[in-house]
Amino acid sequence: MTTASIALNRFGLGAHPADWPGQRPADEPRRWLLSQLDAYEPLPTPWRALPRTPQIVAESGAQQRAWRQAPEAQRAGLRQAWRRSQGAAYRAAVGARVASALQTPTPFAERLVHFWANHFAVSVDKQPVTGLAGGFEADAIRPHIHGRFEDLLAAAVRHPAMLVYLDQARSTGPDSPAGRRARRGQGNKAGLNENLAREILELHTLGVRGGYTQHDVTEFARALTGWTLPDGEAAGQGAPFRFAPAMHEPGTRHLLGRSYADEGEAQARAILRDLATASATADHIALKLARHFVSDEPPAALVRRLADTFRRSGGELTSVYRELVVAPEAWAAGPGKFKSPWDWMVSSMRALGRREMPAAQAAGLMNQLGQPVWRPGSPAGYGDTAAAWAAPDALLRRVEAAARLGAGAGALVDARALAPRVLPSSLGEHTRLAIAAADSPATALALLFASPDFLRR
Amino acid sequence: MNLDRRAFLAGATALLAAPRISFAGAALPTERRFVFIIQRGAADGLDTVIPTADPGYARLRGALAIAPETALRLDGSFALHPSLATLHGLYGAGQASFFHAVASPYRERSHFDGQNILETGGRAPHALKDGWMNRLVGLLSRGGRDAIAFAPTLPMALSGALAVPSYAPSALPDASEDLMLRVRQLYANDVQLHALWSAALDARAMAGAMDGQAGRQDPGEQGRIAAGFLVRADGPRIAMIETGGWDTHSGQAGRLALQLRRLDGLVAGLRQGLGSAWEQTVVLVATEFGRTAAANGTGGTDHGTGAAAMLLGGAVQGGGVLADWPGLAPANLFEERDLRPTLGLDTLIAQVCAEAFWIDPERAVRTLFPQAAAGQRLPRLLRGQGLSG
Repeated sequence: MTTASIALNRFGLGAHPADWPGQRPADEPRRWLLSQLDAYEPLPTPWRALPRTPQIVAESGAQQRAWRQAPEAQRAGLRQAWRRSQGAAYRAAVGARVASALQTPTPFAERLVHFWANHFAVSVDKQPVTGLAGGFEADAIRPHIHGRFEDLLAAAVRHPAMLVYLDQARSTGPDSPAGRRARRGQGNKAGLNENLAREILELHTLGVRGGYTQHDVTEFARALTGWTLPDGEAAGQGAPFRFAPAMHEPGTRHLLGRSYADEGEAQARAILRDLATASATADHIALKLARHFVSDEPPAALVRRLADTFRRSGGELTSVYRELVVAPEAWAAGPGKFKSPWDWMVSSMRALGRREMPAAQAAGLMNQLGQPVWRPGSPAGYGDTAAAWAAPDALLRRVEAAARLGAGAGALVDARALAPRVLPSSLGEHTRLAIAAADSPATALALLFASPDFLRR
Repeated sequence: MNLDRRAFLAGATALLAAPRISFAGAALPTERRFVFIIQRGAADGLDTVIPTADPGYARLRGALAIAPETALRLDGSFALHPSLATLHGLYGAGQASFFHAVASPYRERSHFDGQNILETGGRAPHALKDGWMNRLVGLLSRGGRDAIAFAPTLPMALSGALAVPSYAPSALPDASEDLMLRVRQLYANDVQLHALWSAALDARAMAGAMDGQAGRQDPGEQGRIAAGFLVRADGPRIAMIETGGWDTHSGQAGRLALQLRRLDGLVAGLRQGLGSAWEQTVVLVATEFGRTAAANGTGGTDHGTGAAAMLLGGAVQGGGVLADWPGLAPANLFEERDLRPTLGLDTLIAQVCAEAFWIDPERAVRTLFPQAAAGQRLPRLLRGQGLSG
């Protein structure tokens, strides 16, 4: 792999015909990548067309009110209509994500969006998240990828999608006014839910070996009580987050060797701030970034440098990205990373010069390839190593998809000419010969997209 | 003929079209149907229309040679591959003509360039930017805006000045066996992918998907669906059907038998679906070039030059094999390896189109093959008349 190819495919989302003149990444690939961070557009056109989170929340609130006020007989119908509209919203958001990836002039930044959206993963297999997942990526992730990690963390954790997905919205302090009321009344419906607290510690910040205990998890969960969704009036106005004092567990919290006074909403915010700048968090984020951009088992020295930069800057993400871009390990020749289905699909579409893809087609293809958008099934998100994607059946599906892409575009695209432009100076001779010997343009294109050179970045 | 396009489109989208069928020209002043079945990958003419009277065939093909007693006799000199039962029946009914030692002007051996010339009708690859079928529709359509294509992609032959939209079918085929084998070759040097692919092929074989390409659409069904469009009063009159898997560098005996069986089924389905319209139909079957006269070392043949072509249908003045046979003696082979071509494919195509649609023959040649040298005039290819309201 040459530096041009690495810049386009490993750091970026794959070469697009629009990249070839003009940009000339071959001349100054590192500067090209860093300039993208400045040129990055948090809310590009495809996303601007969709409703923002406040509007989504307002509609959800209106729907819930309508449901509550409706006679029993109508409720099932209302619920069904709501689910359908949520499904449509999901598909529209998938379309926006794909269009954004295909149209972006800053593919390195766009790749970072995908990385962080997977790091703070929510999953639409939990039905209420369906209509919120797109807004999560647009409003919680996209605006915060080039600031401080602490701000990204706070935005992600406070977004309704996350509060719903990890059951935070209903988490109630046992000794809070609401908690005590519930205990006095029938049953014990209100209680503490530790899900968000645990996943913040295990997945988002310190990492599974970050040195926290079960006690820390519970204390953190208590601090987080009251962090919930808007209701009633607030929902109608579209405020996406509400702190409910009545649900908040009173008292000082002790975790990770510190004490946090009860200052309502500010209590958990203070904990988050300390987590964001913790040493273990620096190590964890460094490892994940290195794994995503360089290798499944990244060089320890690189991870250390990234972590040090994170610590030194207090979690200033752009400085970490800069350290990554100039790291010699990141530009090492060799196969690099096995593309995830999303990587593969986006790079194929970009290679074909596509600017858009019908949302239903994109969602369907991602389902078939085994990586349905925003549906990892776990808050850990999709795996980022070859083990997650390089399996016999997954490979077969990818080849089948390559065959369909070839059939769909073959007559108009000459794969022999396309291959060296998509993989500048890194097209293997074996692949080049196979493409040249293909028995039809469609087959040649299928072989390009199925080739070892294209399956990896 | 009154064209109700909206109704046609509504009907069209209601049908699950087979993949790779392209239609054009919905406002033609004719009841004739013209279907071009392209064989991508250089189909072997010598095993398809077997030159039984030429001793060179058995000598050059060795184990690959089709045994004469199994072949389907056409005349004293030629026989059909045993897989082509339907076509043999058409021949007996005077509805099939076979042509041999046919070639386009192209004399190299690249699939891409050969197919480009086959579809554009030029004399050099990429000399022309549009397809001869698009130009044909242009000769016939009133206003040129009534063409429509049904295919996942618009083939080059139908691309051009006329905006021929393509309709993507909803049922898409799995990767063909040919592609699976090519991918295996592609991964030969990659340890990780080679292992994964072998495991994938093993699993697929166990699932019984490897023989007969199970999971692909039945070719007879494909033919019937195409016919369904062609029979409609307001439907298209020109179609192009894609076939592949003809590039038999190895395992030709089995693979060609299978591909020819599929072709035979496709034509049978077309005929069945067309019903009485079959009388007005001409189907052209052609490939970009043929294959080497001799078998290679892997049970197959390599890229060649002279090939076979076919005209099938009720409109065909059939029942004969037209071949200015050059012979397979070593001195007669082209570049000492291929069947020497003696008939220009563009001559054949221009004449059949002229006859089918009552186009002045010189105008047909000028439009469809603008760079062509003057070709010979062949005997009448189609039965008389085809014009109706």
